[in-house]
Formats: sequence, structure tokens, C-alpha cells
Amino acid sequence: MKKIITFFIFLIAAIGLFVAATNNNTNDGLVVGDVAPNFSLKNIDGKTVSLDSYKDAKGYVVIFTCNTCPYAVMYEQRIIELHDKYAAKGYPVIAINPNDPEVKPGDSFEKMQQRAAAKEFPFAYLFDDGQEVYPAYGATRTPHIYLLDANKTVQYIGALDNNPQDASAVTTKYVEEAIAALEAGEKPSTTYTKAIGCGIKVKRS
Amino acid sequence: MQKIILLLFSVVFLALACNQPSKVENSTAKATTPTPSKVKILEGLPPIYNDFEDLVFIFQQKNDTTYVINFWSTWCAPCVKELPYFEELNQKYANKKVKVILVSLDFPKQLETKLKPFLAKNNLQSEVLVLTDPDANSWVDKVNPTWSGAIPATVVYKGDKNEFYEKSFETLAELEEIVTPFL
Repeated sequence: MKKIITFFIFLIAAIGLFVAATNNNTNDGLVVGDVAPNFSLKNIDGKTVSLDSYKDAKGYVVIFTCNTCPYAVMYEQRIIELHDKYAAKGYPVIAINPNDPEVKPGDSFEKMQQRAAAKEFPFAYLFDDGQEVYPAYGATRTPHIYLLDANKTVQYIGALDNNPQDASAVTTKYVEEAIAALEAGEKPSTTYTKAIGCGIKVKRS
Repeated sequence: MQKIILLLFSVVFLALACNQPSKVENSTAKATTPTPSKVKILEGLPPIYNDFEDLVFIFQQKNDTTYVINFWSTWCAPCVKELPYFEELNQKYANKKVKVILVSLDFPKQLETKLKPFLAKNNLQSEVLVLTDPDANSWVDKVNPTWSGAIPATVVYKGDKNEFYEKSFETLAELEEIVTPFL
């Protein structure tokens, strides 16, 4: 009997360690269920935008993305279409460029303005000046998506869909499915996927 | 011309032959979901795999060779920078049963325009394969659950011993450091 109890204590300790290790691996940012911190960042039109700028939002599609990453470029049109489809329903896209322009000159504020104008971005495209917002969220990639509900609680983290290279070959639209779940008053069935993309370009120390 | 066709046939045959071990393991699971073409062969390009399941055998070899499998692409600058160290490793340790496999994740649309000229120019001696399976969330965890999916990333394994590195290597010595414990 004693042996069995000892075994179970070990097992529980082992599981505890495993969980701790897993959590450490996924960095220190937000997890699903956390309330996302607000931010106040400069938009390409010069105005300051925060989550509170969207008065009637039923949710927020916060996307860390940029001009230069090939994955961000491949997803650009799909992000535009996502906003066109869901902003009116209360789920606006809020794009944030987290890259340091000294490391990646193509991601400077001026280049953001040029890109947004050329592609007629219908959504806010904010500059994470000082690189404080992306670490608070725990974003590591561009594009990296955080879907928040009306209470700013994180409901989904990850990729937009399951085929970065070819929009026409997508079989699972993670973000759209998660929004549909929120609309139905349910929790999304997929709450986490790996966002495949480029590493965020951090300021050189 | 006939020679080329013969060569292509033997490449396909070899690829299929190598594929056997994993096929046997998965035969029951695979029976319901037939995959049409496993390996695509295009002139001037390495074998192209569109389904990770068809490539998984390179991670499952049960022999005394140490496999160093590096995920890279021509659009990934740190990957391209570290390729020479993998090439040097492959050459230097060839007689110590080390085999380097470079798995390119170049996009299908860029294989002709980017990968082909890159390979022609650089004349890589290590084995190169192309993986175009777009659904990364279905296979990244199978390489290693801790992998974020970012490249460069490197697997070193021999038999059941397996290590994974999501990082770039700055020198040959740094790479040797992780490989020599396997020898």
C-alpha cells in the first residue's frame, strides 16, 4: 500500500514538473483565458489607437505582423479579407508591427505607411514603438494572432489558417472558426496553434 | 534521354525503397487514406515531399548512423549562413557514420526560381530534400513538440537517442559539439 502511495506521489510530482516545463517553453506571454493588456500605439494615420478605441467590439483580432516577412506578405490579402468580413460584425483586425526598424529597415513607420497605402489596409496598422506590447502578449512570430472576446479575454492564439502558402488550399480557418464559436456563445474548439512565420526582430542591445 | 528516364526511375525506386520501414508500420492506418504521389521528381531539384508522413522515415532509421537533419530555406538568411558548417560536418565526419540531410522548406512557387539556382550555384554535397507540406501544425510537433516551427532548426539522432535545436549555429565547432556525443 505504502509503495502505491509513494508511486502516486512520484507520479504527481513528475506531472507537476512536466507541466511546469511545458509552460516555461511557451514563454511568459498570455495564455488562453488571460485578460489581454490594453495598449496605446501610433497608427499609420498618426492617431493613437488602443483596444478601447473600438467601442462596440464583440471581440478583437490582434495580429502581430509586418511588411517584410514572407509569411506576413502571403497572409496580407487574407488579413484584409478577414477584416472586411468581420469588422462589421464587431470583430475588427488590429495589426501591430512589432519589429525593430533598425534591425529591419523595411518595417519602419514610414514603410508601414507606404505598404498600408499601397494595399489600402482597411484596418489599423500600429507600430509597437519601443517593443513593449509584443512581449506583454508573448508574441514571437509575424504573423501571430491573438483573438480576444468582448471582455478582452484571450480565446485563441496562433495562425490564421492551416496553409500559409496557398489561400485556395486552406482546409481549416482557425480564426474564423474561433470567431464563429464566440458568436454562438461557445468556446473555440481549437484555442492554440503554432504560428509559423518569421521571428520578431528584437532591438540589438 | 533514355538514360535520364532510367535515372529518374531508379531515384523514384530508391526513394520508395527507403520509404518501406515506415510504410510497414503505418500500413493499417494508411490503408484508409491513400496518398496519391509520394515523391515528386523535377529536373534540377531534390525529391519533393508534399506530405510529412512520406518523409517521416528519415527520422526513424534504426541503425548506427548519426543523422543530422537541418530544416532550412533559401529565404531564411540565418539558415543560408549556417549551411557551410553542415556541409563541412558532412565531409569531415563521413567516415564516422554521420549523415547530414538538409530539408528545404522553400515554397512550391519558389522551387524553380529560388531553390534551383541556389543549388546549382552552391553545389551542396549533403543530401537535400524538399518538404512542401503546408499544414505545419499537423507535423511540426512530430519533429519535436517544443519546436515553434521557426527555422533554422536541427535534429540530431542515432537509434533512440534524439536531440533537437531551434537555433542557428555560428561555427563548425558549435555544430560538432552537439554531434560528437552521438559518436
